[in-house]
Amino acid sequence: MQQAQIVEIRNVSFGYDPARPVLRDINLAIPRGSVVGIMGQSGCGKTTLLRIIMGAYFPSTGSARVLGHDTQQLGGDGLYAMRRKMGMLFQFGALFTDMSVYENVAFPLREHADLAPELLNDLVMLKLQAVGLRGAAHLMPTELSGGMARRVALARSIALDPHLILYDEPFTGLDPISFGVIVRLIRDLNTSLGATSIIVTHDVQEALDVVDYVYFMAAGKVIAQGTPDEIRASPEPYVNQFVNGKPDGPIPFHYAAPDYAADLEVVPA
Amino acid sequence: MIGAGPLRSRFERLGNTVTSQVWRLGYASRFLVYLVMHSGTAFRRFRLTTAEIYFAGVLSLIIILVSGLFVGMVLALQGYETLQRFGASESLGVLVALSLVRELGPVVAGLLYASRAGSAITAEIGLMKATEQISAMEMMAVDPIARVVAPRFWGGVISMPLLAALFSAGGIFGGYLVGVQLIGVDAGAFWSQMQAAVDVRNDIMNGVIKSVVFGVAVTWISVFEGYDAIPTAEGVSRATTRTVVTSSLAILALDFVLTALMFTGGNH
Repeated sequence: MQQAQIVEIRNVSFGYDPARPVLRDINLAIPRGSVVGIMGQSGCGKTTLLRIIMGAYFPSTGSARVLGHDTQQLGGDGLYAMRRKMGMLFQFGALFTDMSVYENVAFPLREHADLAPELLNDLVMLKLQAVGLRGAAHLMPTELSGGMARRVALARSIALDPHLILYDEPFTGLDPISFGVIVRLIRDLNTSLGATSIIVTHDVQEALDVVDYVYFMAAGKVIAQGTPDEIRASPEPYVNQFVNGKPDGPIPFHYAAPDYAADLEVVPA
Repeated sequence: MIGAGPLRSRFERLGNTVTSQVWRLGYASRFLVYLVMHSGTAFRRFRLTTAEIYFAGVLSLIIILVSGLFVGMVLALQGYETLQRFGASESLGVLVALSLVRELGPVVAGLLYASRAGSAITAEIGLMKATEQISAMEMMAVDPIARVVAPRFWGGVISMPLLAALFSAGGIFGGYLVGVQLIGVDAGAFWSQMQAAVDVRNDIMNGVIKSVVFGVAVTWISVFEGYDAIPTAEGVSRATTRTVVTSSLAILALDFVLTALMFTGGNH
């Protein structure tokens, strides 16, 4: 029987320091085959939540079930076995700088499968063709633009045909063309691989065009959730400020400071 | 009581520093044990280790040979002046060879290795961490200690004794050039006295043991500092500095300990 929810986060709280939790009572369920966005301001805890999903951190309270396993019950080997079914696109690609594009994409295949060179070559070319960079196979990461590096990293993250693909800020620093390419690839790959995708991002407007469902986070809590249209129409002031990019609102323009007039009279030491 | 507050806080700081250093040493030791236990990949796929031997060893060859040559040449000049006072200038070969094989070869090669290859290993692993390459590997279910750290560790451990041997060989040749070719010491005496006086077990083997110990210490420090670096530009730069400083001190301290252990008082 296929499990409907590929990720289930139940009542998860987490903090490096128990007195200052980063995540507070988070609940989310991500169904198989969907593209889900976890959005919010920088520092709201969304990357920490992503790390809980990948099993890099464990919840202080609550449970995280990913691909049918409770991550806390898995030992080191179990976690590695789970990660073999996951792909992760890091914010700036995290390509291995001492390897060519070809070798980067071949890396997970060489590490986990004992393939004949011809088959390995076919698989690498297939993945590079999927991201449109078969012609760049011989280049080194330093010779790639930011957008190309992101696409190579994407090819590498899908090398093992993952069931779950995690994207950490995939749109940051991309030009409009590269952005369009990444958006199309996220959708196409999700469909062609039959995978499930989780996109963690603060580029809300862009991400709302890609995802099926959104969890909106602030200060370590999920404050809103729904389809992109529901989020766009959300009455929640925080979501409204964020989606419309208003400089002032529940998140103030000014960082907390003492009285302005008092500061003007004081010469800093 | 006057002054009790500052004194107490000074003791607290001292205590904290000592505790954190001991904790770090314990962490580094656990790291070494884990590294050794996960070294299977480094030997099964020996090509990974060979690449590191090339990087740490072969690319250090020029600096090691040139430095060895100059150290040998200086030894010959200084040694000749002293030996001549006692009418023993023909023992120049023995002096040059024993100084190099027992002491200067392992120590100076170790110091050069720490500053050339050790710092580079730390910077490379630290930058891999800062650019999330280490995290990416973990996400691909590949253990970075087995895949990245272990080949560099064993590459360094294998390279270091070979570099020390080549340093000594370069130094002896430098001593020959100055002593025999420049000053005019008899070539036969130079080589034959050296051959008679240098003992394989007590001199050469002791030098080899030292170079192996230095190789383990320096490469351990280098890979640990890189892996433990704070993943920022400043963090990596500090880790690289710590590698050179700690490795150099470790070599000199270990050299004293090993020399004391090997000391026979001249009774071979």
